[in-house]
Amino acid sequence: MKLNRKLLSTLILAAAGLAVSPAHADNLRIATEGAYAPFNFIDASGKPQGFDVDVALALCEKMQTECEIVAQDWDGIIPGLQSRRYDAIIASMSITEERQRVVAFSDPYYSNVLAFIGPKGQEMSVEPEALKGKTLGAQRATIAGQYLEDKLGKVVTVKLYDTQDNAYLDLAAGRLDGMVSDKFPAYDWLNSEAGQKFEFKGADVDINDKIGIAVRKQDDALRERLNKAIGEIVSDGTYQKINEKYFPFPIY
Amino acid sequence: MSELIVMLSEWLQTLAGGAEPWTAYARYLPRILEGVGLTLELIVFSGVVGLVIALPIALMRITHNPWLWMPAYGYIFFFRGTPLLVQIFLVYYGLSQFEGLRDTGWLWTEVLSQPYWCAIIAFSLNTAAYSAELLRGAILAVPRGEIEAARSLGLPRATQYRKIILPRAFGIILPAYGNEVILMLKGSALASTITLLDLMGATRNVIARTYMNMEFFLLAGFLYLLMAAILIGLFRVAEHFINAHRRVPRRKAVGLKC
Repeated sequence: MKLNRKLLSTLILAAAGLAVSPAHADNLRIATEGAYAPFNFIDASGKPQGFDVDVALALCEKMQTECEIVAQDWDGIIPGLQSRRYDAIIASMSITEERQRVVAFSDPYYSNVLAFIGPKGQEMSVEPEALKGKTLGAQRATIAGQYLEDKLGKVVTVKLYDTQDNAYLDLAAGRLDGMVSDKFPAYDWLNSEAGQKFEFKGADVDINDKIGIAVRKQDDALRERLNKAIGEIVSDGTYQKINEKYFPFPIY
Repeated sequence: MSELIVMLSEWLQTLAGGAEPWTAYARYLPRILEGVGLTLELIVFSGVVGLVIALPIALMRITHNPWLWMPAYGYIFFFRGTPLLVQIFLVYYGLSQFEGLRDTGWLWTEVLSQPYWCAIIAFSLNTAAYSAELLRGAILAVPRGEIEAARSLGLPRATQYRKIILPRAFGIILPAYGNEVILMLKGSALASTITLLDLMGATRNVIARTYMNMEFFLLAGFLYLLMAAILIGLFRVAEHFINAHRRVPRRKAVGLKC
């Protein structure tokens, strides 16, 4: 048994030694999701695009680093960071206490609000009493999903989807009475052809939701560099240009 | 041994970032077990429906009439040749794209709009294709002599099938069919992609809250293994009774030594 333990700890140390890479490596790998338009989506040529990607590239330019943007499914995006498949996540990720237990976040690069969406031309109150018995959807592992489960889970049927796109599909198919989603990407969908029959319902839900860049807890140097770069793109107007490219209102 | 368990649990705790995984297990176990219930329901239900569909398909497949065997062949070819995930998405997200279908009333509101029924439909059609192919092979493998015996007794063709050929065929496919059920058990995890909270869906929802990937996927894996073990056991028992003629008569075998 003793021998086993020694062997195990040696192996673990060896593995840890191999895994430690310099935080200042000049080649930065950044993960985004690719199913969250207009913040991140995959374009016709298969490359990630969107607000997050533009911000990522602007930050890399400020940090004078070569960057590679990789697409990664939302479910596995934090585990992928922990297993060092990439060094940062710029994928419209909300800064939450639960996530802060496993990763560290940069300063926020935009603020998110939630909104209810329902069919046009139908009265839809977003008060819990009025929603009783309805079926509402949201994306799994998101703030909207948690809001639904925590605040309305007792009165409505909650359906959680792997991607936002699948939730939209089911809303359009009539399987959902409504959905809760982050407001800005939903704004984009409502402007698309598929979203023509739907609109925002009720008031925005301000959940004090700040969006940040996730890095591994021990990568403090990288986090500092990212914070500095965020400050720089906001003050020199680069950020504003990216913002205007996607939304007619400021989202910082 | 106890030292090992302590080490494992310490390791689990460091993985969880200092959090205690056992409290999370205790808290979310009811949800996970509900998921186990749904998974079992899905495979038992679609297994039965699948067998019911498989029988006519298999019978069509072995006829020489092209109007019968060709559709059966096409069906088996399609469902064996495409991924189960594609079939689930076709039924769930695909069919809902047709506006006309959404106005069919009952068919839409009670069946096709429900992820539960979509999963049952996709799983049943999928497993029916595999089972039909198994059944076809089994029917062809029924010993020629038994069929000839039935014929020489003057049994009508339908009775030959009902009393002789099919009971024999079911005995023959049993081991292979057990295998198919295990494959379906594992394939059923795909139900989680259409919002169903089967074992996989419940596990993924819990992980979305706790970020304890390793801990809960391990738990899910263990529960799948347990279900598979029970299914394998059940098929062993069924084989024992249905294929009674294949049991090795122990005493006789000893006697044969000389």
